[in-house]
Amino acid sequence: MNGALKYLLPAALGIATLALWEFLVRHYQVPIFLLPTPSAIWPAFTENFVSLMGSLWVTLQVTWIAFAVALIGGLALAIVFSQSRTAENALFPYAVILQVTPVISVAPLLLIWTGYEHVERAAVIIALVVAFFPILSNATIGLRSVDPGLVDLFRLYGASRWQILWRLQFPGALPYILTGMKISGGLALIGAVTAELAAGSGTATGLEWRVIEAGNRLEIAKMFAALALLSAVGIVNFYALTGLEWLLLHRWHESAVKKQG
Amino acid sequence: MTTLLSLSAISKTFDNGLEAIARIDLDVAQGQFLSLVGPSGCGKSTALRIAAGLVAPTRGTVAWPQGRPQVGFVFQDPTLLPWANVAANVRLPLDLMHMNKSEAEDRAARAIKRVGLSGFENAYPRELSGGMKMRASIARAIAAQPKLLLMDEPFAALDELTRQALNDDLLKLAREDAMTVMFVTHSVFESAYLSSRVVVMTPRPGRIAADIHLAPPPERDVSYRLTQEFADAAGKVSAALRNAMQAAA
Repeated sequence: MNGALKYLLPAALGIATLALWEFLVRHYQVPIFLLPTPSAIWPAFTENFVSLMGSLWVTLQVTWIAFAVALIGGLALAIVFSQSRTAENALFPYAVILQVTPVISVAPLLLIWTGYEHVERAAVIIALVVAFFPILSNATIGLRSVDPGLVDLFRLYGASRWQILWRLQFPGALPYILTGMKISGGLALIGAVTAELAAGSGTATGLEWRVIEAGNRLEIAKMFAALALLSAVGIVNFYALTGLEWLLLHRWHESAVKKQG
Repeated sequence: MTTLLSLSAISKTFDNGLEAIARIDLDVAQGQFLSLVGPSGCGKSTALRIAAGLVAPTRGTVAWPQGRPQVGFVFQDPTLLPWANVAANVRLPLDLMHMNKSEAEDRAARAIKRVGLSGFENAYPRELSGGMKMRASIARAIAAQPKLLLMDEPFAALDELTRQALNDDLLKLAREDAMTVMFVTHSVFESAYLSSRVVVMTPRPGRIAADIHLAPPPERDVSYRLTQEFADAAGKVSAALRNAMQAAA
């Protein structure tokens, strides 16, 4: 009962909200170019299905490529930092600069460099920049947060640096890394739409471009359809990573164990 | 009497200026069950870590007249890998030493059986009680077949009955494997029950205040705790500890 309720409750709330929305828009006769009814959004979705799916695919590619590169690069740099304080002291300030500079303000510059005919390249770079830091900083902290007793144990049996890294530091850092991945997954999508938003025109073909295009034509229902797809991408990414986290941690880490019940 | 380990003129001052050990000279004979007893902060754990090679002494030398044997270490906390089950935890030292997989698995299974954890091979540390975690930790130490077992207050966090059961199991394991044991504790009774030799240390900075040789029966059980012999042994250790504290005060 409790388990079913967990899903039924938000579903019921969603349906009620949609019904209320439909009712209010019809009752107050809100113009369609301001707020369409939910029942008008669905046809907008089906009519533009092919173009929306094409755009979805572009956005997914940008997001996933950027996320994958951020993950590999962030982990690699975190491993370097965990092995060498000197490297961390030298490089970390630059990672911070990359992180704190508002990415949307850099987008126009990147677009000039990649050219407006390759907005997707700028999108990948921007998404990568924003997705990189959470993985780097979380993984660095995770690799450092080792039980000193376990380090002693490894040293006692003559473990190499490599063995300490792969058998002790890396598994211990997994909860931190997965947290970083969940943050980065969301940020990568924001980065992916930012470039298109900044470009505003050109050859962009991702979902954000559909939003802008529809907005310019006051096709608000289509705008909602594209926005809903963007939400869906974010939700799928988030729950995929949550699932991965559960898979890797549920046997041993308290954060994941508690969710079991 | 064959000397296994010889600590000569060992002193230790940490980087923060804390002087943990003023001077220790200690020869550990093969087959001894030697307890280091002293108040908290007297440097007994540091002495053990110096013997294990985990901490370098500020001055003095650590010598192994017979060559450095395989050394096992049991920490105050069980220090198990939380992401690995009991079998993998016990096998860890063997894996780190690159032992081939099937032999490592055999040895780990035997060690697990000897500490009474059969049936829990696939359990994760979080699923075990404090006493069972400590058993897993001991299994991990003996799986590598150490000649010298160093133990740093391993049972301090356990309830009295669990502690007594583990005391008896430890004695049995040490006897069967002819292990030399160095055992740090702040419990007079625990040291008197387990040891053939008790070294009492002064408060920080640690020195050796008394070196007491005991002759307990090789096989002990709960009835030994009620004998006059045990009471005398505990009395001796207790008096030596009190003297060491008073001399310092």
